[in-house]
Amino acid sequence: MPEVKMRTISYSTAINEALHEEMARDEKVFLMGEDVALSAISPATAGLGDRFGHERVRNTPISELGFTGAAVGAAMAGYRPVLDMRRIDFMMLAIDPIANQAAKLRYMLGGQVSIPLVIRAPEGGGSQNGPTHSQCLEAWFIQVPGLRVIVPSDPADAKGLLKSAIREDNPVLFVEYRALYSLEGPVPEGDHTEPIGKAAVKREGSDITLIGIGSQARSCLEAAELLAGEGVDAEVVDPRTINPLDVEGIADSVRKTGRCIVAEEGHKSGGVGAEIAASLQEAAFGALKTPINRVAALDVPVPVHTKLEAIVLPSTEKIVAAAKKVLS
Amino acid sequence: MSEDKAPLSDERMQTMYRDMLRIRRFEETAFELFEQGEVVGGIHVSIGQEGCSVGACSTLNEDDAILTTHRGHGHSIAKGTRLPEMMAELLGKATGLCHAKGGSMHIADVSKGHYGAHSIVGSNMPMGVGIGLAFHFEGKGQVAVIFFGDGAANEGSFHESMNLAAIWKLPVIFFCENNHFASSTRVGYATSVADISARAGGYDIPGVTVDGMDVLAVHEVMVEAVDRARRGLGPSLIEAKTYRYFGHSRKDPQFGPYRTEEEWNEWKAKDPLLVAEKILGVSEEEKKAHDEAVENELKDALSFARQSPEPEPDDVYEDLYA
Ligand SMILES: Cc1ncc(C[n+]2csc(CCOP(=O)(O)OP(=O)(O)O)c2C)c(N)n1
Ligand SMILES: [Mg+2]
Repeated sequence: MPEVKMRTISYSTAINEALHEEMARDEKVFLMGEDVALSAISPATAGLGDRFGHERVRNTPISELGFTGAAVGAAMAGYRPVLDMRRIDFMMLAIDPIANQAAKLRYMLGGQVSIPLVIRAPEGGGSQNGPTHSQCLEAWFIQVPGLRVIVPSDPADAKGLLKSAIREDNPVLFVEYRALYSLEGPVPEGDHTEPIGKAAVKREGSDITLIGIGSQARSCLEAAELLAGEGVDAEVVDPRTINPLDVEGIADSVRKTGRCIVAEEGHKSGGVGAEIAASLQEAAFGALKTPINRVAALDVPVPVHTKLEAIVLPSTEKIVAAAKKVLS
Repeated sequence: MSEDKAPLSDERMQTMYRDMLRIRRFEETAFELFEQGEVVGGIHVSIGQEGCSVGACSTLNEDDAILTTHRGHGHSIAKGTRLPEMMAELLGKATGLCHAKGGSMHIADVSKGHYGAHSIVGSNMPMGVGIGLAFHFEGKGQVAVIFFGDGAANEGSFHESMNLAAIWKLPVIFFCENNHFASSTRVGYATSVADISARAGGYDIPGVTVDGMDVLAVHEVMVEAVDRARRGLGPSLIEAKTYRYFGHSRKDPQFGPYRTEEEWNEWKAKDPLLVAEKILGVSEEEKKAHDEAVENELKDALSFARQSPEPEPDDVYEDLYA
């Protein structure tokens, strides 16, 4: 195999590279969103407006329903729009074109259309932005058949999965974790893509499986380091996509360790963790030595005060504590 | 003068009449089948509104786009949708346009530029803007026409869509069929303006109200709007005042709880087919020929639909992901 050259870049630079490369590769790809054309606003869209022009990197009015629906229409007519939602909280104004239209049109019209649409949805708390600017809502969208949901946790996956998402002929909700934007990590040079629908083992171990979604995959890695100091050998698995969910990939790890924690930044009730726990007990009940434990945001809105926010959100420490409980 | 501004040839006028008749008879047949329990799901018929669908679609080419609503049989037929496959969809057959997944409210025939009936009120408008955006990118002078009702004009999507189409000067025509009711709610109660076309003013685009019972009048205002759109001058809003003769859906009576028989009769006196006969110059002899041809076409469509197979259980998984 030829040697793959790696370099270290940030999560947001990885997203930016993917957008540059895919726009250069395929002229049907275009970008829309609020304030996307001017480089200064977000590192993820830096340089795109200057390079590709403001027709293809299209500033929109504050009109989420309008421009999201327009993206679905443009996709039906053969284009490959990529939307920048700024925050997933704002996407709530555009649920109809996502859940009722994009996800269902192909099915509802008997396969006459496909909707190659990517919705980039940055999300998450930890920055004292309060209840309406801190949410993690990916769990809502695994209830919508027809929609791919991708939750990358490091720069290599952010780049590789975004490139795959843009090439995918189905609508994709591409969740980005704001807390990870400045995270640095190794990313292969060149045309790096990652498969949609495959979990990844981010750290090997034998005592317990820590399953982390997005920002919490990162927290799981930190927790595994702390646990190692106490003689616990934790494996960290990142599902990377939650529709499709690679149940077998995750179950393989649980069959090996027999113990499992699921961590996510969204709320606990009806969360991604609940879905994963249910799928695991269907697929690998016999392998489980202890009940699956969930770490998630408390079932209250995310308050703005630093101290209160920390109580509500999941963290490395909470994952360590949960792991110890499962191991004891 | 563009070709569309030239006087209509007799042949085109005959085609317009025949298309109106095709819609009327298709929907009468569909309603009968519905009452006999042969239709899968509900239907919303547009009888009384044929002047709008044919007046508008008679200005379009096959590679222009339309998007319509739950009340979309008329637009579908006027845009060239294949009748046998459309009838099969109503009867829930595997050969239906949507493979029995969409039903009457989601008829689409993309090969004919019909990008779908959309049953969430107002949802087709942003999508129509997006198809207009794609046409703008293509630069071939295609237009997208969005049909919607008076009720839909009170959705936020209407306003966002008009603003987007206006600022980007997209080749989109917003065609509002004001049939005076959104289910049981009268337009005057639910709408802040007497003429919905006045709302174009808020977006600085042309807005015009036209008699939707007069197919030629509709055709003429559409010619203007289509010409503007093709020349890159941006969107227009057309409001056609019309009336639905049937109830809103299913078992809603033709008149009763929210409208009087008297009002209903007033509108029936202006029946778009009667008007069309006169203004398009259709002779008794020609009428008979059209009647016969349409009857045969429908008979064939119905027998195709009836002979078609039902979907198979495994089809539930088909066409979800590309
Ligand atoms: C978003 C949404 N709200 C409500 C409905 C239920 N509904 C279906 S048709 C209709 C009335 C629509 O009125 P109008 O837009 O005037 O169209 P018309 O039925 O007169 O053709 C309503 C309320 C719906 N389908 N979608
Ligand atoms: Mg109406």
